[in-house]
Amino acid sequence: MYVAVKGGEAAIANAHALLADRRRGDRSVPALRLDQIVEQLGLAVDRAMGEGSLYDKELAALALLQARGDLIEAIFLVRAYRTTLPRFGYSNPIDTGTMLIERRISATFKDLPGGQMLGPTFDYTHRLLDPSIAGGEVPAPITREADTEQAPRVTDMLGRQGLMEPDGDTDPDREVGDLTREPLDFPLDRDLRLQALARGDEGFLLALGYSTQRGYGRSHPFVGEIRIGEVEVEFDIPELGFAVSLGRVRVTECQMVNQFKGSAKVPPQFTRGYGLVFGQAERKAMAMSLVDRALRAREFGEDVVAPAQDEEFVISHSDNVQATGFVEHLKLPHYVDFQAELDLIRRMRAEHDAADMKEAAE
Amino acid sequence: MQTQTSLPNTARKAALDVLAAAPSRALAELWDAWADKPEHSKVRGPEVGLVMVRGRAGGGGAPFNLGEATVSRASVRIVTGQVGHGYCLGRDLAKAEIIAVIDALWQRDAAPVEAQIIEPLRALAANADQKSREESAATKVDFFTMVRGDN
Repeated sequence: MYVAVKGGEAAIANAHALLADRRRGDRSVPALRLDQIVEQLGLAVDRAMGEGSLYDKELAALALLQARGDLIEAIFLVRAYRTTLPRFGYSNPIDTGTMLIERRISATFKDLPGGQMLGPTFDYTHRLLDPSIAGGEVPAPITREADTEQAPRVTDMLGRQGLMEPDGDTDPDREVGDLTREPLDFPLDRDLRLQALARGDEGFLLALGYSTQRGYGRSHPFVGEIRIGEVEVEFDIPELGFAVSLGRVRVTECQMVNQFKGSAKVPPQFTRGYGLVFGQAERKAMAMSLVDRALRAREFGEDVVAPAQDEEFVISHSDNVQATGFVEHLKLPHYVDFQAELDLIRRMRAEHDAADMKEAAE
Repeated sequence: MQTQTSLPNTARKAALDVLAAAPSRALAELWDAWADKPEHSKVRGPEVGLVMVRGRAGGGGAPFNLGEATVSRASVRIVTGQVGHGYCLGRDLAKAEIIAVIDALWQRDAAPVEAQIIEPLRALAANADQKSREESAATKVDFFTMVRGDN
């Protein structure tokens, strides 16, 4: 059967021109600049960087503008851009213990070295819309003398007393999994799961994390610590023979403390889930840490009974670019497939009618 | 391929760290003020690529790949023969090239580079960090306990 496959070019070109027009909107309204997006829509930029898995604020802002604010479309654009660049290599692991801290809270300890710093948070706001912010004039933030006290990771403090599961092995010879290089092969090691979760969809991980709190694989979580701030990225420069800092990136880290695990050899200890995300992304880091802990079920000999504990289910569906690709491809022309289905149903109905007629005749 | 960092390497690394962290405009202004800029030829780049940033499970455990970052790099040779390398986050080819030239100059004669470029940038960064620390410190919670009276 003949199926038309040409004829869309003019329509597509015109649709793209119309998209450009609608993206720009009313010409009497000033056009957005990228620096305005970076400065004033910072958390959207952070999300596009985190799930786009590429730290570059200007690129993320451009992606948001081009996508008319559609975050998943922006993330798609960022992911596509990264494929055009060569990979120079892998950084040394960042050290969140040396972070220039902008926010740091613990729900498990009131008084901890370095203190609780709320930072630029939505917490304790009244969630009342405030038309006055559209005006733009904002006073400078309040400052206070900063103490020089170190802020150790809360989990390290408990770890020293043996109450907390340690961070685990750091075998330097072990190859670190990279899902951008190798297709996923289940079951996964934790490094690959953390990579997938770090770039996973915030909404999906939030819902899964929520499900663990509601009893689907419960793990009794407490926020041991959330910290947000900038960390150095060190990179071994082959030409130099030593590592230098490339600059700093902002990250959000969440240490989720969960109920105990012990064995004949090891006395009971708190277990942990870990979240680490580019930018200021507290909800995402918290959700990630809940899901990371749930996905460690096998490691702790727990029954895998809930969706959030099912590694293949979670990791196969956490990537919103893959998900949107497969869901949205349904709108593309399927004329030939559908023609085959039409033929099939017509044949089935003809057989059905023939059987009816035969029955009526008998 | 981490090699032992010798003493001059430590100082060179410290300079390169400051240069990478410098805001482009501040670096460009200091470089503009540098009197005798050497002729230089490009050995590699400047070019933009990616570095996969790693974290550690639990903060201190096994490494994992967190996500990539854009990085600019350049290598140059100045007329007196020194080869300099510049690396920095972001897509800023001009900055990477300036860093590379400054790195080459630093190898030729570190003192004036330290005095006229590295030190001012280090002070600028220290100020910015201090401001950030003081802003965060103002949001620190001072807990106090409501004491229930005895009478």
